[in-house]
Amino acid sequence: MLHEPASSGGRDAAASYKSRLGVWMFLVYALFYVGFVAINLLNPLLMEYNLVFGLNLATVYGFSLIIGALLLALIYDRLCRKKELSMNGQPTNEGSE
Amino acid sequence: MVILIFLSFVLFVVGLSFYLGRRTKTSSAYYAAGGHIHWAVNGIAFAGDYLSAASFLGICGMIATVGYDGFLYSIGYLAGWMVALFVVAEPMKRLGKYTFTDALDSKFNSRGIKLAAAISTLVVSVCYLIPQMVGAGVLVEPLLGLAQHWGVIIVGAVVITIVATAGMASTTYVQFLKGGLLIVFSLALVTAVCVRGFSTKPDQGGKTAFYEYKTLAAQESDGKLSVSEPGWQVVEVQEVKDVHATLARLSKAGMETWWLVNREEGKVSLKETQSVAVAGDGQKIINGAPASETNVLRQVGNVELLRGKQVLQRKSVSPFGMLAALTDKDTIMQRWKEAKIVDKDGAKVSVYFPVLTPGNQLMRPGLKFKVQGTPLEKLDFVSLMLALFLGTAALPHILIRYYTVPNPASARKSTIVAIASIGFFYILTLFMGLGAAINGVMNPADSNMAAPLLARSFGGLLFAFISAIAFATVLGTVSGLIVAASGAVAHDFFDRFLNHKMDDRQKIRAGKISAFVVGFVAIILGILFKGMNVTFLVGLAFAVAASANLPAIVMLLFWKRTTSKGITASVVVGIVSSLVLIALSPDLYKLYGMDPTQAPIPFTNPGIFSIPLSFITLIVVSLLTPPDQAKETIEPAVK
Repeated sequence: MLHEPASSGGRDAAASYKSRLGVWMFLVYALFYVGFVAINLLNPLLMEYNLVFGLNLATVYGFSLIIGALLLALIYDRLCRKKELSMNGQPTNEGSE
Repeated sequence: MVILIFLSFVLFVVGLSFYLGRRTKTSSAYYAAGGHIHWAVNGIAFAGDYLSAASFLGICGMIATVGYDGFLYSIGYLAGWMVALFVVAEPMKRLGKYTFTDALDSKFNSRGIKLAAAISTLVVSVCYLIPQMVGAGVLVEPLLGLAQHWGVIIVGAVVITIVATAGMASTTYVQFLKGGLLIVFSLALVTAVCVRGFSTKPDQGGKTAFYEYKTLAAQESDGKLSVSEPGWQVVEVQEVKDVHATLARLSKAGMETWWLVNREEGKVSLKETQSVAVAGDGQKIINGAPASETNVLRQVGNVELLRGKQVLQRKSVSPFGMLAALTDKDTIMQRWKEAKIVDKDGAKVSVYFPVLTPGNQLMRPGLKFKVQGTPLEKLDFVSLMLALFLGTAALPHILIRYYTVPNPASARKSTIVAIASIGFFYILTLFMGLGAAINGVMNPADSNMAAPLLARSFGGLLFAFISAIAFATVLGTVSGLIVAASGAVAHDFFDRFLNHKMDDRQKIRAGKISAFVVGFVAIILGILFKGMNVTFLVGLAFAVAASANLPAIVMLLFWKRTTSKGITASVVVGIVSSLVLIALSPDLYKLYGMDPTQAPIPFTNPGIFSIPLSFITLIVVSLLTPPDQAKETIEPAVK
């Protein structure tokens, strides 16, 4: 007998859309991350380049990877909610405690 | 004060655990907090779960000693959450019940997957537990004046109590409290650093006089070193190849000390160092005199020149102003390195010597990870960044937190709260680490204490809170790990793999007994692994998780042809390959007390080999085995 999942959300008609969107957004972020690693490998001295306010590329790129992650996450959530609303009729419930 | 605040926190969380324990009547309540946690609470609890001793103690310590290279861990750890959000969060919630194994096995009902995933959860949890317990030991010594093993035992005992009373419910609220407090007080510490500003002779706010290290003129003739000043005798000279340093043991008025030999433009000089020598009879000598309460290693770390100038008058600086000043090529940082040698009398000596590093080198990768080095060194760097990126979404103690919320949308939202809070904290780590590096607070023998020691330089109250939170940090993460590990033993192995028929009460009891056993093992390992940098150890745990679990999760979601045997083989190959590569690596050879250059594997981070190997294994075995006949209960993630 299968061990049934605990999820109480019912069928989510937007699940496939969200997965596809997730993959694409993951690829966008992964590309950004790969760029950071690639610069370090191919031209590490470029990371010393003074970009803005006396901060070098390493610092700006590092902060961008962190702040950009949050921005992408918020965009993803917004798009998912919109799709949930249009396909399920309402956003899924959000917890009880 | 530290003890009082820490005890208050511990008493509060233990009291809360007993209160919640009375409400924990079902296995769902014990393993998944009943699935009723609000996404916002769960998001901060994610932060409390994830921001471990490695993040707070290890990363700050590494930034303080090797600059930007330490911050690479912050970037990689945060980036990993994007894999969790975009790929794993909602499907994990849809598929699983209590553990990561449930999700992997949801389509197959395979005994092989149950066993392999349970073992993987245990292995990853134990790999992750070790650095947390090491961190607990590191904290207790300077804070409570107790031996290292007592820190490990105290944390182990408190955590076993938390987990054994109410399981995931108490763990969630401990993590929520700790996550919130950690971020708030880290922000307070960074604010204090910026308000204090710079000095090239830091004195910890007037509490500790800045120590000027002496330089002696010397000469070499026929390869023999002698000191120009009268009264000094050269006892021995040693070349230490792995840190590229020449060290001289000098004697004056019966006191023997170690000095760094500098050869520049044909002139020879000797720079004073610090040293700890342990003789064969166990006697400990620090800086030439017997160790005592007053004779300890001096705290170190300062800016020698700020933008080419000495700065004695402090004034507050903005966060970006601080980074810009430390990035300047004319800013010179004094960092400290360690050389381990055996002197000619057979004593084991650790010599701590200063090195000067310009700001432009400090604030870009390269001091630890040799991005300008050999292809193998570059590969090691890529391997680390890959493991950090892919490891987060494969950590069992993180994955089980998806079962504490009611539905997939809540799983997504709590991940976003986690990204916001964890990302903010990781930005703060850069300021805390650099703050420790410039304020003369570093213990040269142990980088892990950078953040608490930085807090101590600002006075007792901040130190007390930061130290208590550092303990709480360990408590929160270890609780999550023990819940995950006990779930693997009691739920995955006994209940599902061995098919022991247990009612709800027996399942809870099995979970509690497992928590006790895993906690006890964690205590033993925490004592055995004393002295390792906790971030380094966590980096290895990420590599094991990314190799063992992530290929199985991803392929289950995105490749219809995945079979149960493919998943089982992938998990096993991932665990074995990553562990073998780590065990034969240079850093582990150092831990064994062997010559690291003799290690058969010439790199430290195994992910770049073990992760693809695990993927390939899954694909090959799945293609060679017939598709499973079990009823499909999940839709493919992408149609």
